Amino acid sequence: MKVQQISIFIENIPGRLAEVTRVLGKAGVNIRALSLADTSDFGVLRLIVDKIDRAKEVLAEHQFTVTKTDVVAVEVPDRPLGLAEILHKLDSAGVTVEYLYAFVERMEENAVIIFRFDNIDEAVKVLLGAGIKILPGERVYNL
Amino acid sequence: MYWNEEFETLPREAIEALQLKRLQHAVERVYATVPFYREAFQKAGVTPDKIKSLSDLQRLPFTLKQDMRDNYPYGLFAVPMERIVRIHASSGTTGKPTVVGYTRRDIEIWSELMARSFGAAGVGRGDVIHNAYGYGLFTGGLGAHYGAEKLGAAVIPMSGGNSKKQIMIMQDFGSTVLTCTPSYSLYLAEVAAEQGVDIKSFPLRVGIMGAEPWSESIRAEIEDKLNIKAIDIYGLSEILGPGVAIECIEEQHGLHIWEDHFIAEIINPDTGEVMPAGEQGELVITTITKEGIPMIRYRTRDITRLITEPCRCGRTHRRLERMSGRTDDMLIIRGVNVFPSQIESVLMNIEGVEPHYQLIIDREENLDSLEVQVEVNEVTFSDAVKTLQDLATRIRKEIKELLGITCKVRLVEPKTIARSEGKAKRVIDQRIK
Repeated sequence: MKVQQISIFIENIPGRLAEVTRVLGKAGVNIRALSLADTSDFGVLRLIVDKIDRAKEVLAEHQFTVTKTDVVAVEVPDRPLGLAEILHKLDSAGVTVEYLYAFVERMEENAVIIFRFDNIDEAVKVLLGAGIKILPGERVYNL
Repeated sequence: MYWNEEFETLPREAIEALQLKRLQHAVERVYATVPFYREAFQKAGVTPDKIKSLSDLQRLPFTLKQDMRDNYPYGLFAVPMERIVRIHASSGTTGKPTVVGYTRRDIEIWSELMARSFGAAGVGRGDVIHNAYGYGLFTGGLGAHYGAEKLGAAVIPMSGGNSKKQIMIMQDFGSTVLTCTPSYSLYLAEVAAEQGVDIKSFPLRVGIMGAEPWSESIRAEIEDKLNIKAIDIYGLSEILGPGVAIECIEEQHGLHIWEDHFIAEIINPDTGEVMPAGEQGELVITTITKEGIPMIRYRTRDITRLITEPCRCGRTHRRLERMSGRTDDMLIIRGVNVFPSQIESVLMNIEGVEPHYQLIIDREENLDSLEVQVEVNEVTFSDAVKTLQDLATRIRKEIKELLGITCKVRLVEPKTIARSEGKAKRVIDQRIK
């Protein structure tokens, strides 16, 4: 039920983001979804890719600091209040969302949103209990 | 303007005769009262009676800052506490400061030398001295204060900080002399400009500036922006505090060191040998009148040379050329002594943080700034931005706690801090241009 995401530390200097994408691209790694959290000094680039181990390997070879994190890919009805209802359920169950970002691709009529929770197992339980669809890793990497 | 014409213009032979007499006395006294010196002299195979000429000083061992730390806090004091009337301290590398004690007579001499220094800078009775050196453990504030009172000038004990108020007081009280660090004077000029106050129109005439390295170009900037003469003053708490040496207003070149109280030597920092006259090296100072904590051949780590040519002002005390650097890695940031090893010790105490760091010192808006760059690694990296920011905040707080200075912490990518021959270049000081 969990999806593996890789995060990369990027200094806020010109060309770093381009370098990450170049390294991944040359290794034949395709980026499926991404989010960049930035501060004035640095950014954290979070990626869902099709070949996660290969991605980690080549980035490490290029001296990037990389970490793997478990996240959840949730199918969110693509209509007003679709996301609000899911967040409400999580909130009621006391599950905290650390951050989230959206997939560009849709899953039939639904949007796909990546969630990072403080307590991932509890979050999965809440979502499944509420009848919300979660995408398995294999589906997400190749979406 | 002489404060003590007789001593300030003493013929060289008389200065040297006085130095020898006082040196012999000082050596006898430390030998008798300070176990550290007795042991060090014995180890070097020299007893006080061997000091027959000034050149015999070279037979005595050096005293290092480390010796002060090893004897923390009072181990090097040469008098019982009943005779100490003041204690000052400066920051040290392990979090422990180096401690100095003054007898009543030491305070008298310090005040006298500070009064002489003010006089050399053209300051006297009738002047209003705006003293913005910090009052406290740091010797700057009280050292200048006592000297100003001794001189008979009116001293305003401002201490540092609260810059807008400083401008107001300076303007309303008609200060004619400003004593502070060079960078703070430029900061004050900036604050005045922001408030639309024309600091150039103030009655300020002279600035007496020290406690941090500065250059001729900074001097030109200060003199222009504040419309004053900026005078370089030198001192260190281990020896006395401010007032060890000062430029005269006539020349503004080279700092007269008060040789009836100190003996200055220039040594090769690598071999310890005394350099030929006029050559550059490390300044070593021996106090010959100090009672509380006499210093025999104290290695200041400051690099300079002795100017032996007579000075236009008529003072016969030789001059130290403007300090051009240090032989150790000590940095002076906003008047605070900082060793890179102190910052390293903070980093090493934080789980997962690697000792790959770099210190960038610069001057922003005329105040020293310190940026600590720390490499992120697999352990400290997190996909959550908050975790990384918390790490930076923690490092900043711990450095503030240890050194008392605020810095900026920048997390950088691994292996990005330049390493030369396997060793990182720890310090980039952009103030010295």
